[in-house]
Amino acid sequence: MRPFDYLRAESPDAAVQAAAAPETMFIAGGTNLLDLMKLEVLAPARLVDITRLDLGGIEADGDGLRIGALVPNSDLAADPRVRRDYPLLSRALLAGATGQLRNKATTGGNLLQRTRCYYFHDRDTPCNKRTLGDGCSAIHGVNRNHAILGTSEHCIATHPSDMAVALRALDAELELLSPNGSRRRVALADFYCLPGDTPHVENILEPGELITAVILPAPVGGRQIYRKVRDRASYAFALVSVAAAVRVEDGLIAHVALAFGGVAHMPWRDGAVEGFLQHQPPSPALFAEAASRLTAQARGFGANDFKIPLLQRTLAAVLAEATEVTA
Amino acid sequence: MSKVTLTVNGRTVTREIEGRTLLVQLLREGLGLTGTHVGCDTSQCGACLVHVNGQAVKSCSIFAAELEGAEVRTIEGMANRDGSLSVIQQAFQDCHGLQCGFCTPGMVMSAAALLQDNPRPTEAEVRHHLEGNLCRCTGYHNIVKAIMAASGQDVAMAAE
Repeated sequence: MRPFDYLRAESPDAAVQAAAAPETMFIAGGTNLLDLMKLEVLAPARLVDITRLDLGGIEADGDGLRIGALVPNSDLAADPRVRRDYPLLSRALLAGATGQLRNKATTGGNLLQRTRCYYFHDRDTPCNKRTLGDGCSAIHGVNRNHAILGTSEHCIATHPSDMAVALRALDAELELLSPNGSRRRVALADFYCLPGDTPHVENILEPGELITAVILPAPVGGRQIYRKVRDRASYAFALVSVAAAVRVEDGLIAHVALAFGGVAHMPWRDGAVEGFLQHQPPSPALFAEAASRLTAQARGFGANDFKIPLLQRTLAAVLAEATEVTA
Repeated sequence: MSKVTLTVNGRTVTREIEGRTLLVQLLREGLGLTGTHVGCDTSQCGACLVHVNGQAVKSCSIFAAELEGAEVRTIEGMANRDGSLSVIQQAFQDCHGLQCGFCTPGMVMSAAALLQDNPRPTEAEVRHHLEGNLCRCTGYHNIVKAIMAASGQDVAMAAE
């Protein structure tokens, strides 16, 4: 690992001011950053340690919850309010990594995980995320884990977080603090970027900008499911995951929110599919049509072609479980 | 270089370290506590597991500089005051919960974290809890048996 300057921030304002400097990054849990620094995929000149900042705690926020950016994944998953009102989030968190990592990983850091694309981690192969213009090794390479939705000719990486998929289905917002001291709130829906021509840009954070909290709106109720399909039962990233919050009233789907992991550069959501399901009587035929619509624009790259039918079947299975309608 | 002061197994230590010094390097090279092992160095295997402020974490993936004021406990801090083995360590010995022994410090520390939160886990809970600790010898059955024994439960298991 290359040497760097270590700075312990004493306040959020001091942290963002320090991090506005070139080649500077924040460190909190470090569960992803350290690995990338060991590989020298990332080699910041300076790290700003934000672990001492007062950004922990989970508080009521109107009818919702305000989750401090430094709340560890373990604590968030175990919080009684989260387990009761947002069980989807708790289940997604517990589906990710292992206990030791969840003890260290933070809410804000989880959102900022980098892709696990092998080529991004291998400095001996071209990767547009590391060096724009070098090309994407995955498109014609080993791409079993890669994206099928929202890809570009420059990048087919996936976002690895389970938590972010759940937060996307729950319509979470982020609170951001900028180096000039101003705060803004951004919907998670508007936070991540598709690869397009700029695969190195993964989100809308400005230099030095810090996630200070995640805001959850009022609970939506209904059945909440997080289904993660992976190569082994623990400690593996999702091939496909489905986060669902579904409420059936009087035999019709009254509320449906669906987000998908393992299939795109960001937690994927498709408003048209949700609109199609809304106010319909749940049935296997309806679920199959929704799955077909979800994947209408999907594209495989060879080894990951299987993800298209896998995503269709997983969505249909989750909808069947959530609505208690089976074939 | 920066200075960090932390408590390791009840002893306060201060060291000048680089920003990039990992906790496991401070423990092994700075303090001579070589019971904590480096298996993968990529936070996969759990051989480097220690407790920081009472929580199980992987010491290969923490910068020591971040631990100012922290309380760290390693495998060297697990024995009883009189030097005899702790209940968990004794159970690992009695149940032969190890083969080559490389993962053992991490397994013992992981078991201690589990039993602190859940003193009478089911076998399934023990197996689930160990998902972040890999044993290359695949000696899991006896490790699980040892943790069940340490919790004072019947060690007879279906899977032998």
